[in-house]
Amino acid sequence: MDFELMLRIYPFFLKAAVVTIELSVLTTILGLVCGALGTAARLSRHWYLRAIGAAYVSVIRGTPALIQLFLLYFGGPQIGIQLDAFEAGVIGLGVNIGAYMTETMRGSIIAIDKGQTEAARTLGLSRFQAFRKVVLPQALRLMIRPLGVNINALIKGTALVAAISVVELTYTAQRYIGSTYKPFEMFLLSGLLYMVIIYVTGKGISYLDRKVRLT
Amino acid sequence: MSDTQNFVEIRNARKSYGYIEVLKDISLNVERGQIVAIIGPSGSGKSTLLRAINDLDPLTGGEVWLDGVQVNKTLPHRQYEKHINQMREHVGMVFQHFNLFPHLTVRENVTMAPRLLKGISKEEADQLAEEQLRHVGLLDRIDYYPSRLSGGQKQRCAIARALAMKPKLMLFDEATSALDPELVEEVNLVMKKLAEEHMTMIIVTHEMDFAASVCDRVLFMDQGYVVEEGPPEVVFKNPKEERTRAFLRKHLGANK
Repeated sequence: MDFELMLRIYPFFLKAAVVTIELSVLTTILGLVCGALGTAARLSRHWYLRAIGAAYVSVIRGTPALIQLFLLYFGGPQIGIQLDAFEAGVIGLGVNIGAYMTETMRGSIIAIDKGQTEAARTLGLSRFQAFRKVVLPQALRLMIRPLGVNINALIKGTALVAAISVVELTYTAQRYIGSTYKPFEMFLLSGLLYMVIIYVTGKGISYLDRKVRLT
Repeated sequence: MSDTQNFVEIRNARKSYGYIEVLKDISLNVERGQIVAIIGPSGSGKSTLLRAINDLDPLTGGEVWLDGVQVNKTLPHRQYEKHINQMREHVGMVFQHFNLFPHLTVRENVTMAPRLLKGISKEEADQLAEEQLRHVGLLDRIDYYPSRLSGGQKQRCAIARALAMKPKLMLFDEATSALDPELVEEVNLVMKKLAEEHMTMIIVTHEMDFAASVCDRVLFMDQGYVVEEGPPEVVFKNPKEERTRAFLRKHLGANK
């Protein structure tokens, strides 16, 4: 194994890691927004909103993320959607992970005992007040860890955007293989950096979870 | 509306889930200050009836009136929500499993609804919490989270939470059924205290001794009907119906 090459070349990978982190952060934000909207739709009083929410989740989870990305990036211009590779990556992955986050958030909300809502409603709170003051604060605590699992998957999922040539960790590894002919070292390097990002994120999630946990 | 007559009035209440009828034409009048116990085997419809009074389990037929206002009147969704929220402010409810809010302290459990719905200040809320918690003997636990309370303390906190809205009527849905035997008494004492203050109460219970000692009237329900109704002396000591007798034999035997 060529350690010397790895030491020489890793600064370029650090730059690529920054792109991966940017992708991850933006995708997480978009995913949380989509997840919240999806959850609101799926738990709505109105059947058509529930249907839209259910369709969103099943279509996104029923097709490969790579196909979704290709559809958006390569197929988009055909129907008038012009995005650069980075934008398409964020939107594609964000909408994708949003469907998984929808299920996570919905699961945490319906896991809260019905008696909680009943108690709040018998005191005179409206449906919305009972949700905001009683159900949501408890559900938020419950969803931190499973959302962490979604985020973990999302970070690794950003590797997919290499396929639409966003210069992030995976794409960078492929690029340097062309000049170094050392695929083992290059993929090892990017893999290690993914691991660092995942590790730090995981620690952050655990910290947050512990901080808000009900004793 | 007159003051004493028919403070709570249930007219021809019916409730069915699909083909299963759990309440079959039940009528009930409760005067202001009266305490009514509902007893009966599980599945008899007593909890459903209680929960119909504040529309937690809406009736499929019949009417519920509280202090001259119909609780379950027909209104467009939004208006109905507003109406029912206002009605519920006057009806306190205590559940078998307490349903305290675990993310809030005892104080916050008690003051959340009054702060939200009556817009009282923080000082007023603190005062209210202290007053209500002193009433149920829980002042020393005011800043605890529910997870650190015993079952009896939890239920007393839940009673304080309901009382903080200054309800006109209190509903108890097997308030002591989930408690360890040695913790039942402290909750019963709080309920007795309320009785002495002439709170109107409707109590679903399995505790015949308690029902006999505090209630003005006892309803025995079975299979969706009110089988027998009367003062506790009569229903417990000298029941007319064979079904009541059979139930009491089993229950009084099991309790001793």
